[in-house]
Amino acid sequence: MKKSRAPAITVAVLLVGGCVAPFAISSFHTFQLTQILIYAIALLGLNLLTGYSGQISLGHGAFYGIGAYAAAILLDHAWLPYWATIPVAGAVCFAVGFGFGLPALRLEGPYLALATFALAIATPQILKHDALEKWTGGVQGILLDKPEPPGLLAGPLDADQWLYFLCLVFVVVSYVIGWNLVRGRTGRALIAIRDQPIAAAAMGIDTALYKSTTFGLSAMYTGVAGALGALLTGFVSPDSFTILVSINFLVGVVVGGMASILGNLFGALFIVIVPNIASDISESAPWAIYGALLILIMILMPRGFAGMVRAVAARRG
Amino acid sequence: MEGFLHQLLLGLASGSIYGGVALALVMIFKATHHVNFAQGELAMFTTYISWSLIQAGAPYWVAFALTLGGAFLLGSLIQVAIVRRVQHAPVLTVVIVFIGLLIILNSLAGWLFGHTTIDFPSPFPADAWYGSAYFSPHEVGMTVVTLATLALVYAFFRYTRLGLAMRAAALNPASSRLVGIRVDRMLALGWGFASLLGAVAGMMAAPIVFLEPNMMVGILVYAFAAALLGGIENPWGAPIGGFIVGVMENLAGAYVVGTQIKLAVALFIIVAVLVFKPSGLFGRRSVVRV
Repeated sequence: MKKSRAPAITVAVLLVGGCVAPFAISSFHTFQLTQILIYAIALLGLNLLTGYSGQISLGHGAFYGIGAYAAAILLDHAWLPYWATIPVAGAVCFAVGFGFGLPALRLEGPYLALATFALAIATPQILKHDALEKWTGGVQGILLDKPEPPGLLAGPLDADQWLYFLCLVFVVVSYVIGWNLVRGRTGRALIAIRDQPIAAAAMGIDTALYKSTTFGLSAMYTGVAGALGALLTGFVSPDSFTILVSINFLVGVVVGGMASILGNLFGALFIVIVPNIASDISESAPWAIYGALLILIMILMPRGFAGMVRAVAARRG
Repeated sequence: MEGFLHQLLLGLASGSIYGGVALALVMIFKATHHVNFAQGELAMFTTYISWSLIQAGAPYWVAFALTLGGAFLLGSLIQVAIVRRVQHAPVLTVVIVFIGLLIILNSLAGWLFGHTTIDFPSPFPADAWYGSAYFSPHEVGMTVVTLATLALVYAFFRYTRLGLAMRAAALNPASSRLVGIRVDRMLALGWGFASLLGAVAGMMAAPIVFLEPNMMVGILVYAFAAALLGGIENPWGAPIGGFIVGVMENLAGAYVVGTQIKLAVALFIIVAVLVFKPSGLFGRRSVVRV
């Protein structure tokens, strides 16, 4: 089979377009584009878990929230500069995800969905709790300053554009890592665990270790996205991290395409843009339009955007 | 002690609601291995239908019966028009379709009926003889109605030809088709019955939680937990799980942590139980032939 050049060309076009875009559009659209990049990182994390290792999570909004709060608390107390908070947020989420994954990996299918759902319900309530108010600011949340571009870049870039490029760098780095991860030994092990858990264990794959490490990695990606999201909105509060965030991520992953790396970009585009389109179509019941579009897309592309692209590519040989 | 008894009985009353919705979830799960996340919103929407009928002047029980019919039709219609089109798609695709349905029903209810909370009438008079200091007449009536519905559903599946056919279609669609059961029709009927169960739970719960578009969100979470705690493959587990969850939720809220985080605490206890019993309390571990 001849190796297709299409993915490489797509990536190149996306990268060039991504570098030029913020100079061509308004600052509001740059904000939206940054949001899409941030969700793309979070979706990649969820897709590693759900698409590649086959474990469903209704709780990734919790990791997004924990990452955002980790960054916000570090910044609020001026313990770290803003760029250093992002890896710390990732590390915190890795630890929480790994710790949660250890017991939760005993559960499968709907049972795991419930366990992760519980995490998503509990996290905002814990963040609100009086005992933590000293750090989290309770219901009020924490206000943050927008990061300014450093020395040399301060001239050509404004704060929005700087943050955009920061996120772009994180997207590129995390996608390269993700790409290598799923195409190597680890990825094969994950897919084996998803498709044939018993055979995988018989082949000597440490299922428990792989599953909980994937949970940790997945949470880490989402936590990094959460930290970037906190910098972007300049504000965190418990009510920004409800169960709706988790559901939104799951929608993004499935619409983009399970077990696809580039599909996540489409998923992120979908969950940011389509609600806006829906409210343009109908002022009175925008969410009904959104729901209908969602069902329509699932009927037309049951394997998501990436699945459709694969099917078209396979037909053209 | 009296306070404790009161909380216990309250827990049983709300547990009967959770059990009803949980059984609706179990019915659809057994037939198709999908958790229907739109079940709660379906119940909320049908409760609005009964409220509209009562507003239009229908007596309560007439509205009740009409709503059950409407709920049955709505459920079957959704199965035929939407769910059937994705029944061979990957599981998560179906989950997303259910989430889409949830969003649509929630949004439509807000648009058609408004977002103000409505004081839904109870069919059980406040001074009825069966009321007491511990258990208001509505709570008694609600528990009785829900349990009676569950008994009827059990009898239907256990003793009628149609019930047997539906069970067969759920258990082994290929063989059922060979003996002449119309599996697609059975699935649509299953959705109808599940929606009907949800409607009963919705109408019974509305006088307590008040009628508004988000009334079923919390109930669905508890029902989901109840279904899993009882073992999602086991229809008997659903009502028992419902009672356990209802009592636990009330006691945790009253004595342990306060109402603010009782949902989180209840869920964590359930997850902790599931870690030790991964197939639920009454579920059997499914054995797969390799």
